[in-house]
Amino acid sequence: MEWIQQLINGISIGSIYALIALGYTMVYGIIKLINFAHGDVFMVGAFIGFYAIAKWEMNFFAALLLAMMLCAVFGVIIERVAYKRLRNSTRIAALITAIGVSLLIEYTVVFFRGAQLESYPKTIENKTITILGAQIGTHSILILSVSIGLMILLQFIVQKTKIGKAMRAVSHDADAARLMGINVDNTISATFAIGSSLAGAAGVIFGLYYTKIDPFMGVIPGLKAFIAAVLGGIGIIPGAMVGGMLLGVVETVVSALGFSLWRDAAAFIILILILVFKPEGIFGKNAREKV
Amino acid sequence: MLIVNDIDVYYGNIQALKGLSLEVNEGEIVTLIGANGAGKSTLLQTLSGLLKPKRGGIEYLGESIAGKPAQSIVKAGISHVPEGRRVFANMSVEENLDLGAYLRKDRDGIAKDLQHVYELFPRLYERRKQQSGTLSGGEQQMLAMGRAIMAKPKLLLLDEPSMGLAPLMVKNIFSIIETINQEGTTILLVEQNANMALSIANRAYVLETGKIVLSGTAKALQESEEVKAAYLGGL
Repeated sequence: MEWIQQLINGISIGSIYALIALGYTMVYGIIKLINFAHGDVFMVGAFIGFYAIAKWEMNFFAALLLAMMLCAVFGVIIERVAYKRLRNSTRIAALITAIGVSLLIEYTVVFFRGAQLESYPKTIENKTITILGAQIGTHSILILSVSIGLMILLQFIVQKTKIGKAMRAVSHDADAARLMGINVDNTISATFAIGSSLAGAAGVIFGLYYTKIDPFMGVIPGLKAFIAAVLGGIGIIPGAMVGGMLLGVVETVVSALGFSLWRDAAAFIILILILVFKPEGIFGKNAREKV
Repeated sequence: MLIVNDIDVYYGNIQALKGLSLEVNEGEIVTLIGANGAGKSTLLQTLSGLLKPKRGGIEYLGESIAGKPAQSIVKAGISHVPEGRRVFANMSVEENLDLGAYLRKDRDGIAKDLQHVYELFPRLYERRKQQSGTLSGGEQQMLAMGRAIMAKPKLLLLDEPSMGLAPLMVKNIFSIIETINQEGTTILLVEQNANMALSIANRAYVLETGKIVLSGTAKALQESEEVKAAYLGGL
């Protein structure tokens, strides 16, 4: 029953990628920007969670909520300060700015606390339970349930609420959305807020799972989440979820087969393959509009 | 109701409107005819707040709206059905109509207007759960108009509603425009199909390269030799 074990581990790691990938894909969907600072929002979320648990003695869920809220605000600040004024400039200018913002966040954190590792406090003990003969850690189950809960909440917001409908309208056609009376600036900010809060949540559960955090921890998971978003079809929300989980499973399988040194490479090989053979991603379609 | 006074509008570096003035009175259908690139769509985009005039004034119900953001113009009662329909193709017909009422909070009124839109366009009711990208061009035009009506406008701006539609569908759309007008909505209609537009309008303006070159009652323009030669196929 080892394969069930691996599958569940893979999915729970993948759900962390998926949470980060959602922010990439939502922001891309609405302003066509690959927000390379998104992985650093994830890192900031992990540190907020760390301080909340270790220094302010909050419990895990309170820390999760706090990290999500502060990251939401942080995401909006990044958008308003760095990206908003570039909305009508070339996409490459915005992309370079995003890389700049990413470095700024990383080195600001280093400036204030140094680059050393931090060990995440054990707020919730990791027990092993046996289901159908498979040994599964409670952390994996916790990560999986938190991620899936957040994804359901996100789907509800995007599909059913007014702001969700506004987000979909703006991502499809910003000028037409303006004609409906939708405030496009506020809608873009809301998208950053939601995407960043998901990254914040991912940071806290990443800390719980991997126990080590540092100011550059966002780089690799950020890139992998970007791959997950491309794999699922960038701009498509269910695509990011599936892409993230798929990537997690592939990585776990590669490790389980004894190629754990190749784990990171596997993700990039997937990126190359998808760009060569199906650049629009699993869920993407070459939508042609009727006039 | 609407007074446009001597506006200049630039589209990038190109001056699209040059000292344009016009007036729309409450209850009228006013049409603006002109060739491709004359500046018709630019004018509508300026009225609905997507573009800002460099110079000149726009007064609506006694208040200046020049340069105001689009959402406050929608709120004030001007709805714009853009050229090419611009429906939200990835959403259902009903979701599109809901978005039309985005700024409204009166649930009962919204439900009533939705009913009314379905009465005006029974086809939309049949397809209410369908993705709007799968509709035909005529149905998308109906949807774009229904979506604009959901905002409960006092003034409806229509940009080329006949574009790309079969003659029968054009007739259908124009008769619905007349119905909407009879129900009390003032209409500013931009058209290349001058014949159709003049047949339902009270007054008309002729626009050429950003300037009004002719204006008058629709009837007078229909009989004017210049208009006949340039816009009515020289009949």
